[in-house]
Amino acid sequence: MTKPPPSQSPPSQPPPSEPGAGPVIELDGATKRFRSAGGVHTAVRDLHLSVGPGEFVALVGPTGCGKSTTLSLVSGLEPASEGRVLVHGREVDGIPDGVGYMFQNDAVMPWRTVLDNVAAGPRYRGASRRDARERARGWVARVGLTGFESYYPHQLSGGMRKRAALAQTLVNEPSVMLMDEPFSALDVQTRGLMQDELLRLWSGSGAAVVFVTHDLEEALVLADRVVVMTAGPATVKSVFAVPLDRPRDAEEIRLTGEFLDVYREVWDSLRDEVQITRERGAGDAA
Amino acid sequence: MRRDIALRRTLGVHGVRAALVAAWLVSWEVSARHWIDPFYYSMPSKIWDRLAGWFTDGTSQGSIWEQISYTLQEAVAGFALGAAGGVVLGVLLGRGRFLSDVCAPFIKAVNAIPRIILASLFIIWFGLGMQSKIATAFVLVFFAVFFNAFQGAREVDRNLVNNARILGAGRLQVLWTIVVPSATSWILASLHSAFGFAIIGAIVGEYTGADKGLGLLINHSQGTFDAAGIYAGMIIITVLALLAEWLLTLLEGRLLRWRPAAAGHDVQI
Repeated sequence: MTKPPPSQSPPSQPPPSEPGAGPVIELDGATKRFRSAGGVHTAVRDLHLSVGPGEFVALVGPTGCGKSTTLSLVSGLEPASEGRVLVHGREVDGIPDGVGYMFQNDAVMPWRTVLDNVAAGPRYRGASRRDARERARGWVARVGLTGFESYYPHQLSGGMRKRAALAQTLVNEPSVMLMDEPFSALDVQTRGLMQDELLRLWSGSGAAVVFVTHDLEEALVLADRVVVMTAGPATVKSVFAVPLDRPRDAEEIRLTGEFLDVYREVWDSLRDEVQITRERGAGDAA
Repeated sequence: MRRDIALRRTLGVHGVRAALVAAWLVSWEVSARHWIDPFYYSMPSKIWDRLAGWFTDGTSQGSIWEQISYTLQEAVAGFALGAAGGVVLGVLLGRGRFLSDVCAPFIKAVNAIPRIILASLFIIWFGLGMQSKIATAFVLVFFAVFFNAFQGAREVDRNLVNNARILGAGRLQVLWTIVVPSATSWILASLHSAFGFAIIGAIVGEYTGADKGLGLLINHSQGTFDAAGIYAGMIIITVLALLAEWLLTLLEGRLLRWRPAAAGHDVQI
């Protein structure tokens, strides 16, 4: 139903992110409500946010505040209840062209080898098996999984599975990358490594990234802008620019003075929201 | 060292098993010769004679191989049709909310019918030939597979479906590359018991009325108070079922290569 026409498949995809062109993602008063057992539950309300081409934006907020919902609105997996969501200037209705999405949990297919997992995107979009595998092979190499093409996901470590998932997303050459706490399940060292890999692969791709995390440190290491969200129902509380030079070294940059300064500034804003969420949690537990 | 221990363990397990079987057979044989009436309870040596007789001289209904092949054909045909129907309908209903809402009460009702009784009906409908047995086997297999395929299609990880959609999959592609593979382990699990059902269906069908087959042979043995014949028929059917089980396990191993070994090595009873 939402399958893009086959003519979309050739290498370079939707509108290339020309500088000066309008925002790639635009949320304009977007609100999402879910009907649940206990009545109507508002996940996000009145979101205003725009992301430019090639920009790396991190959304931080307390756990469970509705950050992931924001991504599902942009990806078209969930329609907005109110307000407008635009990708490449077009209202989101189904899955927009050029969107890639990396989920929090492993979404690689356990019954396919690494290579066939990565080849899935091109195959879905109408490439021949040979072409798809050819492109997949290139991306498997780029994420550092050469030699593991014929392994099944369960034979890989958590970090390697993330690499496979990253290649699976990037092989479609998305102009919009949505990432939902993709590294939260990894141990600290592997996470640092994957952050570096992500920055390396992203630089020069021209893709706009929206990266959801509850880890402020991760947000600051990666992003150009950090958006602090309120306790649920989430909306934008404040936006901070991250004045750190690129290329960044994910491990080293945390130790610099500038990093700590921004950290303190953003944390001041985030702390209240975390506090609110904690109190609610305590109230629920009581 | 460790291999030695493992080897000794396996030998020990097999040895004790063999000893148990021997003890059972010997005690049966001895008690049948001295205390209980072999006319009712038969005894291993008689059963063996009956089996040997069937395979060398043939049965009262003709060659034993003919009976075996007849029953097997019915079971396999019923199994194949039932499994195919169960998988297709199970997956479709598992994915289609509307369709499954519509069909749910009917399926519950049909499932509640003691289906084995349908064998009598099928004899009336399809006569004494193969069709009535295939129909019985089909009905038994279909429901066993259907419910598993339905459940399997329901329990597909939403993450995987969403991921495929983002990657560009259309509805059919999601069905074929995500839903079917993830339901496969559910479906295969049901196929093990389903082949047993297929054989039961075929035998019961033959038992109810037939002109050939192992079920008829057993029915005939019952009619002539030939306990050894009933046992012998039982043994042949058991061997067939075990062979089919072995084949299915091979197939499962092939189709589920991607699964972690630990999950594939479930204890089979």
